[in-house]
Amino acid sequence: MILADVNNSFLVIVLAQAVLYGTPILFAALGELLAERSGVLNLGVEGMMLVGAVMGFWASQRCPGPTALVLFLAVLTAAFAGLAMAAIHAFLCVSLRANQIVSGLALTIFAGGLGLSAYLGNNLGLADVPPAHQFSNIDLFGLADVPVLGPVLFHQSALVYASIVLTGVVAFYLARTRWGLNVRAVGESPDAADTMGISVTHCRYAHVLVGGALAGVAGSCFTLSITPGWTSGDSLVGGAGWIAVALVIFSFWRPELCLFGAWLFGGLSGGLPAAIQARDYKVIPMFFRTPEFLNALPYIATIVVLVVIATGWAKRRLGAPAALGVPYVREER
Amino acid sequence: MIRIERRLEQPLWLSVAVPFAAVGFSFLVMAAVLAITGHSPIDTYRRLFDAAFIGPAAWTATLQSATPLLFTGLAASVAFRMKLYNIGAEGQLYIGAICGAGAAIWLGPHHGILLTVVFMCACAAGGGALWALIAGALKAFARTSEILTTLMLNYVAGQLLTYLIFDSASPWRDVSTVQARTFPQAIPLADGQFWPAWTPGDYVIPLGFLIAIGVAVGLTFLFRSTRFGVEMNVIGDSPRAARYAGMRTRRKILAVMGLSGAVAGLGGASQVGDFTHVLDASPQGLQGANYGYTGIVVAALGRYNPFAVCLVGVLIGGLQNAGLFLQGPDFPSGLVGVMQGIILFCTLGGELLIRYRVRFGSPARAVAAVDEAPPASSEIAP
Repeated sequence: MILADVNNSFLVIVLAQAVLYGTPILFAALGELLAERSGVLNLGVEGMMLVGAVMGFWASQRCPGPTALVLFLAVLTAAFAGLAMAAIHAFLCVSLRANQIVSGLALTIFAGGLGLSAYLGNNLGLADVPPAHQFSNIDLFGLADVPVLGPVLFHQSALVYASIVLTGVVAFYLARTRWGLNVRAVGESPDAADTMGISVTHCRYAHVLVGGALAGVAGSCFTLSITPGWTSGDSLVGGAGWIAVALVIFSFWRPELCLFGAWLFGGLSGGLPAAIQARDYKVIPMFFRTPEFLNALPYIATIVVLVVIATGWAKRRLGAPAALGVPYVREER
Repeated sequence: MIRIERRLEQPLWLSVAVPFAAVGFSFLVMAAVLAITGHSPIDTYRRLFDAAFIGPAAWTATLQSATPLLFTGLAASVAFRMKLYNIGAEGQLYIGAICGAGAAIWLGPHHGILLTVVFMCACAAGGGALWALIAGALKAFARTSEILTTLMLNYVAGQLLTYLIFDSASPWRDVSTVQARTFPQAIPLADGQFWPAWTPGDYVIPLGFLIAIGVAVGLTFLFRSTRFGVEMNVIGDSPRAARYAGMRTRRKILAVMGLSGAVAGLGGASQVGDFTHVLDASPQGLQGANYGYTGIVVAALGRYNPFAVCLVGVLIGGLQNAGLFLQGPDFPSGLVGVMQGIILFCTLGGELLIRYRVRFGSPARAVAAVDEAPPASSEIAP
């Protein structure tokens, strides 16, 4: 019985919520990380997530079949939707050498809560429809009753497990495979990579597209798992895309650090504010207990990280890809 | 065989013609989208145009939507001209609104309207400038990327706005009645503090719009006729050349960030003084409108030229207002965002035509072209 008590405790519930809310942030951040490592900043994450969210939910409503298959197809649809959005950004920034910041913000406006995602959702009649399928928690290895770790890590949805596996895959890809090293070369010094015979254009296209697909999957986490169903407007994703952009910086462009950063940020924007407000912690001054402060914390922390990595030593070891945000034009190097 | 080569000179007619052509092209694309989804393009466009630009009521609403976009668009164009990517107009506008509303509340209703407007504007511009200077100082002294810091500060500013109204006993919050204590809201402006508007005929031209035009005139003067403006251009085009010429880059970064933030802050004051008459912290208020981000897009469409920015601001404002007005079963919500996005994508793509020349030809002619034009050509298709 003591085990059950521990697992119902305040701390464990908050931690489990942090992992749950951190998962979409993690997917989106890994995608953004891949794009940024190849040298393309994509500020359209929020928009891509919203389109992924609506298309994923649409597929889950329309596909017949057993739940597992339907959900798989839904996530796949969301990935394709995100990829299609990213294709616009890739074409503008890589082929047409447009300003990446403006293009990314344009993508957010185009796809966002007042744009394509609302248009699709309303046209497909998805508003406030009860969900036909949703991800349920899986008791992994039968470890769900283990104190603390059980509910936090071993009693979550398949999306959570997939995101953890994906983190490992991305980390291995970037650090240990030839293609991964090529990506890093393209992001750090496209001239050198080009001289080596790597196609900067192909590399950047591929990673921006994969980044978009992951943002789409991240969006579907909301409509298929966290808050099943679709509602019009920005509130569905609620700024998780921007937190993902912040997280890539906060984790020094390292996938393995992204994992813990995502759970930390997920806790700060998800379960923690409500949990803290519900209890009366007199020790902490009122201001630090408000949800606004906790919500702002990821952004403030990211600014601090930005200042730290701007200094000499850290810049070389931990800094941004050197060619981030710079269009590559072969004849102008 | 397509080759792209850089233009040595960018002809003026091209930089005017391409944006117009891009907007025209995007309307064609949008017509195709409308036709595919089963709406009549011509009918939709006519109703859109009527709702945005025909008659006094339409113009009044359009100018109301356009005014904040003018401010944020001008704010972005100041900074982007120096290749200082301040995408924080969103947050600077919130801070401007907070300071502007605070100024009006502190001043009270017993002063003349002129003093009220000037004081609100001064506080809002100062607040916006200080908020922008956080990112500016970090850029100047620690060399952090202003793109990312301004983006992060937008969210901090949004949370601050929510905190002041919803989760604290700040001087902005209305606690005079039981209802206001239960449903948090800010102290509204007194009747005598509403900003006056110029009303020729039935048209209502808000004071904020006129201030924005004034700012645009001032900025044009700054860019064209002052040493400051010239130095901005040099630093933007070539920081190294600027340093060799002895320009004080660091000071310029601070000054430009401050100026950009001040302009965005004025937008916040105008929003409170002209339109809402209360500091609106709800998710559907300032924070739901995305004025800052749309402003960047307006600035990009106007190619960072103050007057073009004003023109584009009115166009986009009209589109937004018409979209809101027409929203219903045969004009689905979201269409306006899609249209804005397509206009933007086309304009961004069109930029390529201004900066580069696209040539169709054989490799043999490509070699000849290299001989006559010094910058080498690149080959897109092998």
